Amino acid sequence: MTGLLEVESLTKTFGGVVANDNVTLAVPEGAIVGLIGPNGSGKTTLFNSIVGYHPVDHGSIRFDGAEISALRVPEIARLGLVRTFQQTRIYGQMDCVRNMLISVPHAEEDLWTMFSPYPAETTERAGELLEFVGLYEKRYMRAGELSFGQQKLLEFAMALMNAPRLLLLDEPTAGINPTLINDLIDRLKRANAEIGITLFVIEHNMRVIMDLVEHVYCLAHGELLAGGAPQQVRQDPRVIEAYLGGQ
Amino acid sequence: MTSQLEKTILYAIALAAALAAPWLFPNFATQIAFLWMMVLFALTWDIMGGQMGYNSFGNIFFFGVGAYACAVVQRDSGLDYFTAFAVGMALAAVIGVAAAAILGSGMLGLRGHYFAIATLGLGIAGGEIASGWDYIGAGSGLETPLYPGEIGAREMFFAYLFFVLAVASFIVLTRLYAGRFGLAINAIRDDEDKAEAMGLHTTRYKTVAWCVSAFFLSLAGGAAGNMIGFIDPRDVAFAGVTFGVWMVLMAILGGKGTIWGPVIGAMIFHVTQELFWTYLLGWQRVALGLLIILIVVFFPLGILGWVRERWPELFDDTADEAGAVERRVGEP
Amino acid sequence: MDSLLILYDQPVRLLQIVVDGLLVGSIFALAAYGMALVWGVMNIINIAQGEFVMLGGFVALYVAEAGFSPLFGVPLAAVILYLVGWVLYRSVIFRVVDKDLFISILATFGLSILLQQLANQLFGADVRTAESGLETLVLLGGKLTVAEIKLAAFALALLLGGGLFTFLRHSRLGQAIRATAQNARAARIMGINTDRVYATTFALNAAICGAAGALVAMTWVVHPYLGLTYTVRAFMIVVVAGLGNLAAVIAAGLGLGAAENFAGFVLGAEYQAAFVFSLLVVILVWRNFRLGRQRRYLK
Repeated sequence: MTGLLEVESLTKTFGGVVANDNVTLAVPEGAIVGLIGPNGSGKTTLFNSIVGYHPVDHGSIRFDGAEISALRVPEIARLGLVRTFQQTRIYGQMDCVRNMLISVPHAEEDLWTMFSPYPAETTERAGELLEFVGLYEKRYMRAGELSFGQQKLLEFAMALMNAPRLLLLDEPTAGINPTLINDLIDRLKRANAEIGITLFVIEHNMRVIMDLVEHVYCLAHGELLAGGAPQQVRQDPRVIEAYLGGQ
Repeated sequence: MTSQLEKTILYAIALAAALAAPWLFPNFATQIAFLWMMVLFALTWDIMGGQMGYNSFGNIFFFGVGAYACAVVQRDSGLDYFTAFAVGMALAAVIGVAAAAILGSGMLGLRGHYFAIATLGLGIAGGEIASGWDYIGAGSGLETPLYPGEIGAREMFFAYLFFVLAVASFIVLTRLYAGRFGLAINAIRDDEDKAEAMGLHTTRYKTVAWCVSAFFLSLAGGAAGNMIGFIDPRDVAFAGVTFGVWMVLMAILGGKGTIWGPVIGAMIFHVTQELFWTYLLGWQRVALGLLIILIVVFFPLGILGWVRERWPELFDDTADEAGAVERRVGEP
Repeated sequence: MDSLLILYDQPVRLLQIVVDGLLVGSIFALAAYGMALVWGVMNIINIAQGEFVMLGGFVALYVAEAGFSPLFGVPLAAVILYLVGWVLYRSVIFRVVDKDLFISILATFGLSILLQQLANQLFGADVRTAESGLETLVLLGGKLTVAEIKLAAFALALLLGGGLFTFLRHSRLGQAIRATAQNARAARIMGINTDRVYATTFALNAAICGAAGALVAMTWVVHPYLGLTYTVRAFMIVVVAGLGNLAAVIAAGLGLGAAENFAGFVLGAEYQAAFVFSLLVVILVWRNFRLGRQRRYLK
């Protein structure tokens, strides 16, 4: 299978526990792909393996054709593969604008640009993206003082600022007020359609998955259980059993 | 806060006062020189510990390297005093920065506490190695040439030299903090994992920050060696127990991570230190240890940090659109 | 490199160096064990670790000066330092246990300066030894000399380490400590008073260091500035051996002792301290580099 991201036979163990067991999947360019599974099935571990957060035991991870399983986190990020965190990580002591500015892509940066001021376009872009997520009015507020939902949006905006080709989102709607989830789904879709970012999303909320993704994978006990269109996977008896059955 | 004009006037007054001081109080010229050296110490510590979150207990290493580099040039070059001094200072800076770059490439990959302890080892190692190295005088230390001039001229010279160094470091650092560089090192401090996950060249920024510190510290070392007249490996050059500890204390006292904090902390510390020494003698160092603990535990924000929390308006920490002024990062 | 030539001519000197190094290394291992304990249980890296050793040394020194055998200093130092550790926990350390690592490092750094300078003021800066009055064994037909006190210290160090290990393994308090180390929150839920555990751990560490210090005073020297080298040694050993592995700590401690002694011989005694501190930097950088190749960090 080909795709912007290709994971092949990926295995990762922690001590005696096999967190990811021979997982193979692919995320095509331009698509929105989902990753579901009960708690403890290895979803975040898979993300961590992909972005370089820990070494993998076995398998191959290819981004745009190039093998990345031995690369480190910042190197992978500079290739255009960015992730958001389940616990939402932003720079708490800085205001939103600064959070955005520091999130510009760094692949082209050299010793000279380190010391030069940001060009006007960058500040404008920051403003646009903050507007896009609805944080423009709060842009000078210290990020640590935003509400949880607002911080999630900021983290999303920062990820967009980094202009990635592939964005891994770890439970983007967790903890968000249900009435605001539709807005978030809309923004995700727009980011994909207008900006052209490929999305790979871990989600627990089935409604979000049904609404958002074109293709979804299901993990259980570290293994890939099923993959396909959301409707199909949702009705797959193995998936149902994984969620409802004993663990 | 205050308008641009008010700020400029304040700066001008402060500058004039600072420039006039050694001239008005020639007996205190050496004390004034040390004052500016303390300011430089605090500022160069703060870029690492306060702005970037990398507590360095070994910044004194560059001070010592600079002191020796300059003194060796002055001893061996055969040039007249000022030329040798200038060349020596230049070499001190070059070696200091090179040392930071080389050591940094290995040590800055270490996180937080590992870095702190590694630098602790570095600072002490410097003193121990210098104590045994005959080329630079080993345990007997190294003398610097006598300043050519009448009594009092030397003190004045160094008072102004250190002033220039301190101001230069202040200007360079504030410019760095105002721009992209400042954002980057703050991001590293706030969440280094996040910064890496966003592709920031963390090692590069960390190394440059340390090189900037090393640059000013080695120049200060070269100047100090000449001002004091004698470089002892453990008590002057790699003076971990005195200068090395003070660097940390002053920055935290004044408020680490702020621009004026280290300056204020250094000034207060230097002035009170003289008093403490007179009354407490050796117990002063005991008091210093206690002071570090008290500040770190009870008053971690330091003076300026505390002020900032109480009166955020003074620092443009406004919360929303209404109070904000459109700001561009990168402009002074 | 004349010293290397000496070794080549008289290989038994190498044996002497190594044996001396191993014997003193057991004391390093003891200090490292304590540091690993505090680090593992409370997530605090105690920069004042060496100062506890130093203080224990002074206890033994004064016991000897009072006319008794400094060997009595070992249990006495343990008791006194236990109290010191307890007091320090209750006054300072408990405030930094839950804070981030920077604060605890700065706090223990301040503590290290405080204790070091206090000792300097109270005891004077002279370098002294606690004379034990024990003999020197002569082995291998006169070629190898081993001070009995060093053998005794070695045995005591291993005994103390073993004692601590057994205590942690089998006593209730020991189990509470280990449980807290693994998961403080769960331990609290199970009814363990984690604050008490922390206090005991810190005090135990101080006691172990105190005992180690008494041994140091007898086998070598003691002075107010002794502390930093021991903190650095303990830290190095923990970094190399890891937090949970006592056998590795012992091995690393003995190895460090031997390496240090060897370096002191080859480079000259005045460079021995330089060797220790430089080795710290080298080990950390090397370790990080190795881990980095596998996408990991020293955490």
